[in-house]
Amino acid sequence: MQFSEHWLRTLVNPPLASGELAHLLTMAGLEVEEMRPVAPPFTGVVVAQVLAVEKHPDADKLKLCRVDAGLGEPLQIVCGAPNVAAGMKVPCALIGAKLPGFHIKKAKVRGIESSGMLCSARELGLSEDHGGLLALAGDALVGQDIRSHLTLDDTLLTLKLTPNRADCLSLQGIAREVAALSGTPLSLPAIVAIPAAHDHQRPVLLDAPKACPRYCGRIVTGVNAQAPSPDWMKQRIERSGIRSISALVDVTNYVMLELGQPLHAFDNAKLKGSIHVRYPQAGEQLKLLNEQTVTPDADTALIADEQNGSRALALAGIMGGEDSGISGTTTELFLESAFFSPAAIAGKARDLGFASDASYRYERGVDFELQRAAIERATQLILDICGGSPGPVVEAVAPTDLPQRTPVKLRSARAAKLLGIPLSVAQIGKLLEGLGFPIRREADDFVVTPPSYRYDIEIEEDLIEEIARLHGYDNIPSPTPSGLLAMSPLPEERRNPMQLRHQLAERDYQEVVNYSFVDAAWEADFYANSAPIALSNPIASQMGVMRSGLIGGLIATLAFNLKRRTGRVKVFEIGRCFLRATTAEPVAGFHQPQRLAGLCAGPATPEQWGETTRSVDFFDVKADIESLFTPQRLRFEKLKHPALHPGRAATIFLSDEAVGIIGEVHPQWVQKYELASMGNLAPIIFEIELAALTSQLLPSYSAVSRFPSVERDLALLVAHDQPLAPLLEALREAAPAIVRHIELFDVYQGKRLEQNKKSLAFHIVMQDTEKTLADSDADEAVKRLTECAVLKFSAALRS
Amino acid sequence: MLNIEQLIAAATSEFAGITDAAQLEQAKARYLGKSGSLTELLKGLGKLPADERRTTGASINRAKDQIEATLNSRREAIKRAALETQLDVSALDITLPGRGRGRGGLHPAMRTLERIEQLFRSIGFEVADGPEIEADWYNFTALNTPENHPARSMHDTFYLEKAPGLLLRTHTSPVQIRYMQTHVAQHNHLEQMPEIRIIAPGRVYRVDSDATHSPMFHQIEGLWVGENVSFADLKGVVADFLRRFFESDDLKVRFRPSFFPFTEPSAEIDVAFMSGAMEGRWLEIAGCGMVHPKVLRHGGIDPERYSGFAFGMGLDRLTMLRYGIDDLRLFFENDLRFLSQFC
Repeated sequence: MQFSEHWLRTLVNPPLASGELAHLLTMAGLEVEEMRPVAPPFTGVVVAQVLAVEKHPDADKLKLCRVDAGLGEPLQIVCGAPNVAAGMKVPCALIGAKLPGFHIKKAKVRGIESSGMLCSARELGLSEDHGGLLALAGDALVGQDIRSHLTLDDTLLTLKLTPNRADCLSLQGIAREVAALSGTPLSLPAIVAIPAAHDHQRPVLLDAPKACPRYCGRIVTGVNAQAPSPDWMKQRIERSGIRSISALVDVTNYVMLELGQPLHAFDNAKLKGSIHVRYPQAGEQLKLLNEQTVTPDADTALIADEQNGSRALALAGIMGGEDSGISGTTTELFLESAFFSPAAIAGKARDLGFASDASYRYERGVDFELQRAAIERATQLILDICGGSPGPVVEAVAPTDLPQRTPVKLRSARAAKLLGIPLSVAQIGKLLEGLGFPIRREADDFVVTPPSYRYDIEIEEDLIEEIARLHGYDNIPSPTPSGLLAMSPLPEERRNPMQLRHQLAERDYQEVVNYSFVDAAWEADFYANSAPIALSNPIASQMGVMRSGLIGGLIATLAFNLKRRTGRVKVFEIGRCFLRATTAEPVAGFHQPQRLAGLCAGPATPEQWGETTRSVDFFDVKADIESLFTPQRLRFEKLKHPALHPGRAATIFLSDEAVGIIGEVHPQWVQKYELASMGNLAPIIFEIELAALTSQLLPSYSAVSRFPSVERDLALLVAHDQPLAPLLEALREAAPAIVRHIELFDVYQGKRLEQNKKSLAFHIVMQDTEKTLADSDADEAVKRLTECAVLKFSAALRS
Repeated sequence: MLNIEQLIAAATSEFAGITDAAQLEQAKARYLGKSGSLTELLKGLGKLPADERRTTGASINRAKDQIEATLNSRREAIKRAALETQLDVSALDITLPGRGRGRGGLHPAMRTLERIEQLFRSIGFEVADGPEIEADWYNFTALNTPENHPARSMHDTFYLEKAPGLLLRTHTSPVQIRYMQTHVAQHNHLEQMPEIRIIAPGRVYRVDSDATHSPMFHQIEGLWVGENVSFADLKGVVADFLRRFFESDDLKVRFRPSFFPFTEPSAEIDVAFMSGAMEGRWLEIAGCGMVHPKVLRHGGIDPERYSGFAFGMGLDRLTMLRYGIDDLRLFFENDLRFLSQFC
C-alpha cells in the first residue's frame, strides 16, 4: 500500500516529522518498506505564463519567450522545447534557482540574453518525461512556488502490510491507526446522504448471499464522462501508484483508496433489468476488462443483469466485464458498492492468473458496513466533477450472512501474565479506549466488540496483541530467562550427527549441501528408479523429483568442481532421502531416512613433496567408513548397483543389517557426466543410513594380561580369487583362546608364485591371562590355524 | 723440576693444537706411553736419593694427573666437535611443509547450526527433527492457516504429484505440532507436564529462486512451552541469543509487531550492528511470537494452563550476516573454493 504523506496528514496530523511518522507505523506493525520524496530538493521555480513566443534570430530550434513569472516585469527567456506556446502555464526557474544538478544564472544563449529557464518534468526530477515543458493547469496561480502549487514537499510511503491488516488498505484506515498510536484527533471527510433527484433504479437480488451479503447500487444519469479529473484527485491516486484514466474511473479508485471500499461503475445504458449476484451456469463465459475471457468456477460469484434472460456482467469483487464497462461516451452510470465475503474471493484472482486491487482487498476483508457511505461519497465526487443526477441508493442485504462480530473478553491478569509485564487494569483500559472499539468493563476484565473493519480480533490473544502494540513492544523488557534447571540427558549410546561431521572433516572430507529435488535422469541412472516421487510444480524440470539417495548430488558436485579445475574432491553430505513406503508415520506412504554419503576422486592425499601421488581407491574410502564405525566391525559383501562398477562395489553390513553401500562409480557414468576432464578419475562413493551411525556401543572392559605375548607370522598360498573375509573369519573361529589378534599384513601375487595363486600373510598375536606361553603352545595354535586353512580353503603353507 | 713444568706446558700446548682423535692418542703416547717423557722420568726415579725420590715422585704423579686431565678434556672437545659436524650435515630444511592427509570442513550453515545448538543447549533446549515431505495439515492447518487463508500466499508451496494433501514443508514450524503431540502423549500421566524447550533445524522449501531466495534453504525453529512463559521471556531469550551468536554486546535488537497465523502476539525481529559494513541498518532476521492457542490445542496442550513462544530464523541468513557472505546461491552450489573457507 503506497500513499502520499500529505494526503494522510489531511486526515490526521500528528506533530511528528516524516521519519518519526514512519517509525511509529513500523513499530506498530505497519512496516514502512519504502519512503521517498515526491521530488528532489530544488528552489526558485515558480508558476509562470508564456505571454508571447518568437523565433530566435540566430537559431532555428530556439524560441524567444516573454514570460510572466509574477515579478511585475515580464522576463525574456530562450527556450528550446517543442511544445512552448503563448498562453500556456509552465514551471519557470528564476535566476538564482537551484535545480537538481545545476544552478540558473543570467546567460546569453546564441547572443540573446535569457533570464531563467522554462522546465520539463525531468529537469525538476519529477519524472523521466523530457518531451517538452511541463504544462500546468490553466487556473494555476502565476508567481506561486511550484513546490506548493504541485504539493511537491510530500513523501511517498509504502507499507508492507501483513494479511491481517486489510483495514489499513485505505487512507482512512491508516489515519485511524495513526490517531490511536499518537493520540491525535482524526478529521475524516464528512459524508452526507445525497438525496435522489429521480427514481431511476435497478432492483438488486442476492442469489448468492453467502458470497455477497450486501450490495448497494445507484443510477446516476446525465454525467459528462469527458470531464477532466481535478489535479488534486489525479495527484493523490497517482501518488498511490494508480494511473489516472478518466474522471469516472478515477473517482471509483479514489474512494477505494480513501475509504477502502472497492467500487465498480457500469454503463447503465448497457444494462437490462434487475441486478443479480449469482453463481455461474455451467460453462458460462465472461470477457473481462483486461480482455481475458474466463469460464469461472461454480463457486465464483457473478454480477448479472437480465439481458436475454440472464447475462454475466462482472466477476464479483474481482473484475468488471468488457461489455458493460464505462467509456468516454457513457452518460449514465450504475454504481456498485458491495460487500463480498473473504472466503468467496480468496484465491480466485490468483487461480485466474491476475491480481486486482478489488480482489486483494475483498479476500483480506473489507468493512462490511462501509458500502452505503462509500456510494454516497462517490456520488458526491461524481456530481462535483462530472455533473449528473442521482437516483436512490438501492441496498440489498442478507443480514445473517454478514460477518459476525462476537464480543471478546479480555482478562487483565491474563494479559499481564502472557506479556510478562505488570500492567494495571487502568492502563489496559486506557490502551483499549485508544482503539475506539466499543468496550464494556466487567470487574477487572473488559468485553470488547471488534468493529466491522477489523477481521483480526476473534480471541483474547488478539486483544493482548493490540495492547502490546499500543504499549509498544520496545517497552516490554527482555529479562534473562529463568526456568527449571533439569539436566537434559544425552544418551552415551547416541552420537550427534555433528560429531560425524567433525570426524569426516578430520579425515579430509568437505561437507556439501545439495538440493533435495533432482533431475529424474539421476534417479534412473544411479538408482534405477523409474517412478520417482515427482513435484507437481517444480522450479525447473531438472529439479523435478525428490531424491531417493544422495549419489546424484555428489556426482554433480564433482562435475561442478572439475569444471572449475579443482581436481581433488573429497566431499560428504548428510541429508534426507525420499522413498515410497507403506509406513504410516510420520507421513503416510513415504519413508524419509537421513543418510550420510561421500565421494572421493583424484589424488589420495593433497599434492605434497616426499610422497608419490596416487589416486584414491576403494580401500582408502573403506578405511574412512571403518573408522566411522569403530569399534564395531563391518562386513562387506559383493554388490551389483546401478551407480557402481560391478566388480568394485559392496554392501556394508553391521551385524546382519545392510547399512550402506560403497563402490567405484560405474565407468559409463564417468563418461556421461563428464567426470574424466582432469585425468581418468575413478570416483569412489559411499552412502550409509545415518541411523546406523548415530547409535554407538558403550565401551566394554576386559582385563589386560600381565603375561608377555608371543607373535608369529603365517603365510598361506591360496587361489588367486579367494576372498579374504571368509578365510579370516574361519581362522578366527578356529583359533584357540590364546589367539588375541589375527591381522593380514601382506597380499602377494606375482612371478615368484605359481600362476593362479596368491599369498596372504597374517600376523598372529597370542597371549594368556594366566601364564607365560610356551613355544609349544604357540606352535600348536599356529598348527590349528594352518590346518583349518588347508582343510577348508585348500591353502598351502608358503615356504 | 724445571723439566716437569716444561713437560706439562709442552703437553698442554700440543694437545690444544690437535683436532683429530687419533693424533691426540699418538700425542698422548709421547707423554704417557711406555716410552713417553713422563714414563721416562718415572723410570729415572730409582736413581734419585730416597728423600728426593719422594718429592719428585709426587710431582711427577701430579704432572701425570694434570696431563691426563688436559687430555680428557681435549678428547671431549674433539668428540663434541665431531658430533656437531655430524649433526650439521643431517640438518633438515625446517621450512618445508608438513606432510600427510589434508583436512576438510563443515558447510558454513552447519557451522552456524552447531553454534546455535550449543547456545540453546546451554539453557536446556533439545534438538528436534521432523519430516520434509509433510502433510498439509501439519504445515498449515494445524498452524492456524486453513485453506484459502491469505497467509498461505506468503509461502509459495511445492506440492507432490498424485499425493493430495502432501507438500514439501515451507517452514520448520510443523515440528512444533509433532513435538507437542509426542511430548503430551509421553507425559499425560503426570500431574504437570514438563516444559518443552526445543530447537528444530532443517531444510525447508519454497517456490522462489533469485540472489536472495533459494527454492531450498535452512530454517531453525525454537519452541518453549511451560506454565509461565511470557512475551518478555521470548524477548529475553532471542535477544540474548542474537548477542551471543554475533558475539556483540552492543548489537541492537528490536521487536516489531507483525503477523503469523500461528502466533499471537507476533513479532518480526530486526538487528542492527554497531560497526562493520552493515552498520546502523535494521536487518530482518527472524519471526516469532506467543504460540497461538489453536496451535497449542492442536498439539494437545491446554492454552489456559500453558503458554509458550516460538521463533523461526533463517540459518543461511544468519550465516551470511555472521561471515559477510553476499550471495545465498553459494550455499548450494558447493564450490570447494567457497566451502573450504569455513574449515
